[in-house]
Amino acid sequence: MSIAPSVVPRPIFPVTAKVAPAQLQEVSKRFGDTLALDRFSFTIPPGELVALLGPNGAGKTTAVRLLLGLAHPTSGQARVFGLDPRDAANRIRTGAMLQVGKVPETLRVREHLALFSSYYPDPLPMAEVLEAAGLRGLENRLFGQLSGGQKQRALFALAICGNPDLLILDEPTVGLDVEARRAIWDQIRHFLRGGRSVLLTTHYLEEADALADRIVVIDRGRSIAEGTPADIKGNAHGKQIRCATTLDLETLRTLPTVSTVRRDGDIAVLIAGNSEAVVRELLLRDSSLSNLEIRSAGLEEAFLALTHSQTEVA
Amino acid sequence: MVTQVIPMNDSTLLEGPRVGVRRRSLLRIHWMEAKAEFIKMARVPAFVVPVLSFPILFYIFFGLAFGNANSAGSVTMAAYLVATYGTFGVVAASLFGVGAGVATERGQGWLQVKRATPMPISAWFGAKLILAFLFSSIIIAALSAMAILFGGVHLTLGIWLELYAILALGSIPFCALGLAIGYLAGPNSAPAVVNLIYIPMAFASGLWLPFNFLPSFVQKIGVFLPPYHLAQLALGVIGAGRGSALMHFAALASFTVLFLLLAAAAYRRDEGKVYG
Repeated sequence: MSIAPSVVPRPIFPVTAKVAPAQLQEVSKRFGDTLALDRFSFTIPPGELVALLGPNGAGKTTAVRLLLGLAHPTSGQARVFGLDPRDAANRIRTGAMLQVGKVPETLRVREHLALFSSYYPDPLPMAEVLEAAGLRGLENRLFGQLSGGQKQRALFALAICGNPDLLILDEPTVGLDVEARRAIWDQIRHFLRGGRSVLLTTHYLEEADALADRIVVIDRGRSIAEGTPADIKGNAHGKQIRCATTLDLETLRTLPTVSTVRRDGDIAVLIAGNSEAVVRELLLRDSSLSNLEIRSAGLEEAFLALTHSQTEVA
Repeated sequence: MVTQVIPMNDSTLLEGPRVGVRRRSLLRIHWMEAKAEFIKMARVPAFVVPVLSFPILFYIFFGLAFGNANSAGSVTMAAYLVATYGTFGVVAASLFGVGAGVATERGQGWLQVKRATPMPISAWFGAKLILAFLFSSIIIAALSAMAILFGGVHLTLGIWLELYAILALGSIPFCALGLAIGYLAGPNSAPAVVNLIYIPMAFASGLWLPFNFLPSFVQKIGVFLPPYHLAQLALGVIGAGRGSALMHFAALASFTVLFLLLAAAAYRRDEGKVYG
């Protein structure tokens, strides 16, 4: 029997090469009546970790599946290393950690790893993968015997074992407690020291902030903000202003730098980028204003404000 | 071929993606996949117990307990039932191994994880078929050993090998049916669907009791079922078959084509829905 080995040449300097490891250009993806992505564009530059941040159902997993060639755009273009994501060379250079209902539970960690490593021409040594994923000492465990956090780390190990140039992590810490989540962050950070390009999807702003070079905020299939974590936080960070006022919500919404307004009983709640200017304006327009409070909005709230304001506009 | 010595320490992580042209062997991927599939399923009692123990226990009850006393036509019960419980085992290994295996990994998202890797899809399908073939072989070997040791069945080595070949190759139409079920049934319903198809089909095809013992209306249905034709081919090897071997071959080949067409249609529908 003749063996046909597949020889896969790699670029000489994959990290410094100009071609973007992953790119969506004006991509729309329709499932029946639902538009999961709506002319969505984004790029992962070489060697960067880009976080796709958004609430559940925003289109993050659809973007991931398009980049892995597991789905095809209704319109627009998905490119991985300048090629069609389904290109065999891309599958070899890409590692993915997907959300999966159930993993085959009766294989040991090392058996799963040996199998996945065999798919790649240049896999990492197993000891190195176990170390990088924090699985040392667990290699003889059956998958079914792992805890939630260990299971996610094992899926991370399967994603990195092929020594990928592009790593795609779809909600890697969803459903985990804080400790398990931080352990996975450490593993991701450590692995990044290799200069790989990474796409991370998450609905935790804290996670995007902890890991990403750049954040793309996605909501209802559209990109609504993009920048460094500092940009995004600054953009949406703002302060929360609470007061009892006779001014109506429509008027409050027109005040400078106000992103959202809502009513909480008798109290009006505003999120504003420049809280001092807004308070000055409020006092000027409503002399009867009372119960004034100013608080830091907090990361999660800022993120909610960002996606929420977009929803109201839409 | 350019290769590079990779030190087993942390510094490799700092170097970034390595440069070089390596080979991966497609043959090795198929081998690793088949090995992992076998190890994985051999550890699942819900697969191993029904698939292995039912044909063997039934053979002990009906084949050995009645043993030489009864005869089914020209051969002893112990000989006759090696062929039919062998068929029973092959059908079970194929339908559960391929059908339930495909439905589970497809339905629970594991297949998508594999599809995102450079694994050739043929390795995944191949592993399921090899699993069915290996478990079929184990069942046939166990039944043959019991027939020789405890059932007083004496056949020449040539006949035993012919019986094994017929039964093992007979897994092909049932693997095709398994593929169709795997792509039509959900991950939770697949085992139930397999049982609903396989148990009545086994009975009406004369796999549990000699075909002549069945009520005549069951016999009328049985001649249209694929296990009937495989059982008759196997019985033909030991000189107890009904009908012409050529006709049974033709029937099994037709069923194989039919099931493959059904599987292909279901596969295409699933591909469009999941990977569209």
